[in-house]
Amino acid sequence: MKNETDKTKPAVSIEEISTNILASATKKKSFWSALVIPGLALLTGLILGALFIIVTSGEVYSAFQISFGSGLATSWEIVSKSYLALFQGAIGNPAAMVQALISGDQLEIRRAFNPFLESLVVSTPYIFAGLAVALGFRAGLFNIGVEGQLFIGAAASTFVGYSIKGLPAIIHMPLALLAGALGGAFWGFIPGWLKAKTGGHEVINTIMMNWIAFRFTEWLLTGPMTRPDSGRMPVSPIIEKSAEIPQFFKQPIRFHLGFFIALGAAGLVYWLLFKTTWGFNLRTVGANPRAAKYAGMNIAKNTILAMSLSGALAGLAGANQILAINRSMAIGLSAGYGYDSIALALIGNSHPVGVVLAAILFGTLRNGATRMMVTTRIPIDIISILQALILMFVAAPAIIRSIYRLKPPKAEDEKAAFVGSWGGK
Amino acid sequence: MATTVIQRKKVETATPVRRVVMGLVFLALSMLILVLFALKSDPALKTTFVMNPGGIDRGLAPDWVLPGFSTMIVLTVITFLAAVYQIFVGFKKATNVVLGIVVALFIFAFLAWAAEGRSLNLGGMLSGAVLLSVPITLGAFSGVLCERSGVVNIAIEGMMLMGSMVGALVGSVTNSLLIGLIAAILASVLMAALHAVLSIKYKINQIVSGTVINIFATGLTTYISQKILQVNQSLNNPPIFPRLPIPILADIPVIGPILFNQNMFVYAMFILLAVLQISIFKTRWGLRLRAVGEHPKAADTLGINVIRTRYMAVLLGGAVAGFGGAFFTLGSVGRFDKMMTAGKGFIGLAAMIFGNWTPIGSFGAGLLFGFADSIATKLAILGSYIPPQFMSMAPYITTMVVLAGIVGRGQMPAADGEPYVKE
Repeated sequence: MKNETDKTKPAVSIEEISTNILASATKKKSFWSALVIPGLALLTGLILGALFIIVTSGEVYSAFQISFGSGLATSWEIVSKSYLALFQGAIGNPAAMVQALISGDQLEIRRAFNPFLESLVVSTPYIFAGLAVALGFRAGLFNIGVEGQLFIGAAASTFVGYSIKGLPAIIHMPLALLAGALGGAFWGFIPGWLKAKTGGHEVINTIMMNWIAFRFTEWLLTGPMTRPDSGRMPVSPIIEKSAEIPQFFKQPIRFHLGFFIALGAAGLVYWLLFKTTWGFNLRTVGANPRAAKYAGMNIAKNTILAMSLSGALAGLAGANQILAINRSMAIGLSAGYGYDSIALALIGNSHPVGVVLAAILFGTLRNGATRMMVTTRIPIDIISILQALILMFVAAPAIIRSIYRLKPPKAEDEKAAFVGSWGGK
Repeated sequence: MATTVIQRKKVETATPVRRVVMGLVFLALSMLILVLFALKSDPALKTTFVMNPGGIDRGLAPDWVLPGFSTMIVLTVITFLAAVYQIFVGFKKATNVVLGIVVALFIFAFLAWAAEGRSLNLGGMLSGAVLLSVPITLGAFSGVLCERSGVVNIAIEGMMLMGSMVGALVGSVTNSLLIGLIAAILASVLMAALHAVLSIKYKINQIVSGTVINIFATGLTTYISQKILQVNQSLNNPPIFPRLPIPILADIPVIGPILFNQNMFVYAMFILLAVLQISIFKTRWGLRLRAVGEHPKAADTLGINVIRTRYMAVLLGGAVAGFGGAFFTLGSVGRFDKMMTAGKGFIGLAAMIFGNWTPIGSFGAGLLFGFADSIATKLAILGSYIPPQFMSMAPYITTMVVLAGIVGRGQMPAADGEPYVKE
């Protein structure tokens, strides 16, 4: 986790105090060694997922009754068919891509590359949500409340999106995005403030805030924000055209500007964390609150700020989904982004670049699974199982190492203590 | 142990701010009763509370007929006095209990106001509350067992979900309540074992480990539900534990039908409450468990096997959560629907915190939260302008208030969430 250096920072006193911490943190993990464990985790997850698909397929059992060989053959057939559908749904069909490029027909090219672009669309909220958790981790805070912050952010941007009329798009869309960020920031501010002022643990408070947010948005959508002609369905009015995040191509290709806004957010988080004094303070508070306190850093302020910013990123995830994809808010807004984002931050080593890569991986898997569900009737929830397995293997690399007989690393690398204990010490 | 006890007392007495804040919360609730309900009620009207749960002719009790306005004035005065006492003297250790009572009085005032001039089946509501509190309380018990040993358990929800799905599936296949129940418990224990191995053996962050289990259980149960249970309805049709009135006790007026005319899960909850409260606080086993959760190094020095104690506690916690999960399918609905637990595991976590990591406290909190749930489902019938969603928020908000007001850092097991490394 603490694999970055800060030689440029003028905080000598801190380095004196927390010498040992920074000493262990100065060692930079190589790019490849950071990829080995997640890569093997993905592989192992896919293998276990395949076994799971086999075990839950009725055809396999009937084939095994005929003969052992045909059972194996059927198993192989089901798995290869599923994973091929997963791949084609996520990336596209390579043959079709080549053919489209050769033919040079614009429409054909777009159609052939659409699965890949769609994967990026699905990845976008994951990027925002993963960044939210990663920022919290860096400050030593465990923001489990991304899901709730996402809902509040989505509600705020929806409201700005449909209630203000007549603004030009260049103002309205950023305004709606900002509303989403502010909504999420407010929802993150509350547990941050509670942690700083009363010591109430942010894990519990953010879990509670999640459920309050679900109930609250439910109320909004059945009450003040309900669509007049919806016939008692809990949906909001449709947002104005001017509030929409523009899509680059014609329907059905949904690839939109939000993806680049997410990349911009990742860049901003990187700059904040690693290139500013504020980010240095924040990381020091996260790595060693005691040292930070002796160095005169304001822990309370950092905690509140980090939770608010984390909430703002989560709110952007919700706003992005509303403004670019859904265009109106309904209750089943999130596909569990909040909980998956914890996995993302861990797999991405709480580094913005890592988070973006992990988010694209998860988005790709989920997009591919939609196609897999259509062609092979395997429920999309297989992806949740895969994500849980990947998270488990990344969090406990010792399991992966013992499976693949990898050498144990040196002591410092193994430290995964990205967050303080439950008691808030 | 001695040192931690001293530390705790320090924390409790050293925070007069928290005492006053909690007093202000009482005061706010008291004023809300006055402004929201008392001043808006019509002194001429009376509220009738029917004390017999519908359709059950056991333990007949007369209806309560209360004059709405004066009842609310009395409630305002009682809660106001509690607030004043809390601000200037403080209820100290009993603060949580008093908060529970004040919240209950607030809810009662609300009911008296909402049902003014009409009659409300309070008996049925309380009976429903007891039933609704079962999964919350059992979830909280699961949390108490794990966290007393120093292992944080935010995976209660996932364990319960797993238990309810497997209970429904196995119960349908075997058409046996008992086998279904045992399977539910075993499935949840399996999840708990994963949590234990990840957090005790591999020492990964216990919140991450809990998240793994929650995501995994959500994915797995939804997958099975879509792929198997929905396609083949006969696999999702388990028997249900019947209502089992206890002779004599069930005929006591008012309490009888509420407490003693329920199904097996309610009685099991009472038995578990007694067993856990006594074994955690009055037996050698419980002392060891708490020692491991408070100060594992000291416990180890005294010859207690920290690792084994933690494994045992987490597995037992898993069993209790699985039992609570089985309630959803084998105890009430008789069918598994995806995401069936709907956050009850997290409310259980909240109840555990409100209950100060004790079984008896968790039980009280579970009842209160079950009551809030029970009212939320009836608000539409009452025709009040308070949306039911706000009633459902009550448990979460209460927990945050408790956490901010009293619990803070002081009361949870000192080594909660810390992996133990033997030196």
